[in-house]
Amino acid sequence: MNSHAADNSVGLVKPAIFRSSAPFTLQCGVTLPGFELVYETYGQLNPARSNAILICHALSGHHHAAGYHTPEDDKPGWWDSCIGPGKPIDTRRFFVVSLNNLGGCNGSTGPLSLNPSTGAFWGPDFPTVTVRDWVESQTLLANALGIRQFAAVIGGSLGGMQAMLWAMEHPERVRAAVLIATAARLSAQNIAFNEIARQAILSDPEFHGGRYREADSHPERGLSIARMVGHVTYLSGDGMHERFGRALKSGDRTGNNQVQFQVESYLQYQGRSFSRRFDANTYLLMTRALDLFDPAADAGDDLARAFAAAEARFLVIAFSSDWRFSAARSKEIVDALVAARKNVASAVIESPHGHDSFLLELPRYFDVLRTWLSRLADEVGTGTRALDAASG
Amino acid sequence: MRADLRIISDLISPGARVLDLGCGTGELLAWLQTHKQVNGYGLEIDPTNITACLAQGVNVLEQNLDDGLGNFSSDSFDLVVMTETLQAVKRPDVLLGEMLRIGRECIVTFPNFGHWRCRLQLMLRGRMPIARHLPHAWYDTPNIRLCTFIDFERLCRERGVRIIERFVVDASHANPPIINRFPNVFGTYAFYRLGRPTSAAH
Repeated sequence: MNSHAADNSVGLVKPAIFRSSAPFTLQCGVTLPGFELVYETYGQLNPARSNAILICHALSGHHHAAGYHTPEDDKPGWWDSCIGPGKPIDTRRFFVVSLNNLGGCNGSTGPLSLNPSTGAFWGPDFPTVTVRDWVESQTLLANALGIRQFAAVIGGSLGGMQAMLWAMEHPERVRAAVLIATAARLSAQNIAFNEIARQAILSDPEFHGGRYREADSHPERGLSIARMVGHVTYLSGDGMHERFGRALKSGDRTGNNQVQFQVESYLQYQGRSFSRRFDANTYLLMTRALDLFDPAADAGDDLARAFAAAEARFLVIAFSSDWRFSAARSKEIVDALVAARKNVASAVIESPHGHDSFLLELPRYFDVLRTWLSRLADEVGTGTRALDAASG
Repeated sequence: MRADLRIISDLISPGARVLDLGCGTGELLAWLQTHKQVNGYGLEIDPTNITACLAQGVNVLEQNLDDGLGNFSSDSFDLVVMTETLQAVKRPDVLLGEMLRIGRECIVTFPNFGHWRCRLQLMLRGRMPIARHLPHAWYDTPNIRLCTFIDFERLCRERGVRIIERFVVDASHANPPIINRFPNVFGTYAFYRLGRPTSAAH
């Protein structure tokens, strides 16, 4: 039984599809004849069209950020705790847009789509997409929705990279950007973890060079191991200790009788369930986009210069126990923004939950978001008033 | 506005770029943004204060002063302000040097440990002073680097820090004549406007 009828839920939502029929040239040089993006919206766009918020998803995210698709759904969208009436991203005041990125596996054009020039699945041949490609495709979606300027572009992790690039590349279209648990570029260590994940997938015999669909198979083991590695890096040592300790799921401490620790069972479950809902080619593509992101590289290795054109005000949030996208990486962003004389506020939230914190409902985290966004809402005018005026 | 902040705001020229160390609820920066078109940032570590800053639209950055200010480049601010925080940091001398590296000038305020009430308590009762402006016991006070005005000015001299201006007040932030005659005895707080040594400025 879910709570889609609860007061603070956006309730039942229906995904929509945006079709762009114009040729779209990616950063890698390949031109797609067109593309589709699946997206959802929550709340009402005000008459001034000034209250829109774009949610950019992370590695394994998608368009379904809030609410329920059917009354029978067990779980709401991935950021339902944060998006809804009275929640930090308040849908009574903001019009929220959430999409599945290009190259994704949840309905947008990607490896699971048909390549119009061959009639076969794109599969491993889907071109490399970058954060910039995502931002450009999102601008077309914004145009279609009649949004000239977003009140805010918000994202965590890989989503934060998109929000950052939006502010750099389309300064006039972003009033505010919220960068959560993110980085201006990945460290070598971070790329290394992505490479382990990719190798796990590539070395699975069921991968078939990415043509597993045609071979009627699925690299479930590889994808599952990739997720297990990723998942460990999203938690913290203390957090795992607190949650699992050394508790056994089965067997005994003699090492006989099929010993299995709780943490093993948990990871295997996470890996398995992820591998069933995610596409391996998309995973390869998304991790590559993460690795390649480096806006400072085009600005003489000077992040402040990369931010020079930005007009948005920024909120940068990090979490104390996050080591995959540590608070030090957020501080680099903040320092660059200060050096570039941009308006910026920052907070480091105390949390034992590692990188995963950005998806959790932590009191101080939500307090910071709520306070900052509420001021923004005051500035851009609300959706509800427009609705009241229309109905009154 | 808080009386001490009003005194400081008078010392700040319109349009200045200001860094406020230990900015509290952001009252000074919020006022300066509205009334003097100041472009400012505040550093703070208290979560409640940070939220209060966010509510006022202040550029607040969560950063501990004891971790240093190495992330701010030299000459990047017109003015660095620190109100009633000098006495609570681990190395006030290092911080003072950093403040004058980052900003051309700085404003520092702190409570006077040489106030006659403090002197009297130590002399007559033989106990660590507790006063209205220094309300904590010795074992839990955040004020770990208390000094008198004379001590502070000595440090400035030693480090070549130029004292451009000094304004001494009593506990109610008034400035009766007796204070200017015996500041180190009757003054509760002092406001110092400091600059780099003249030689280094040229």
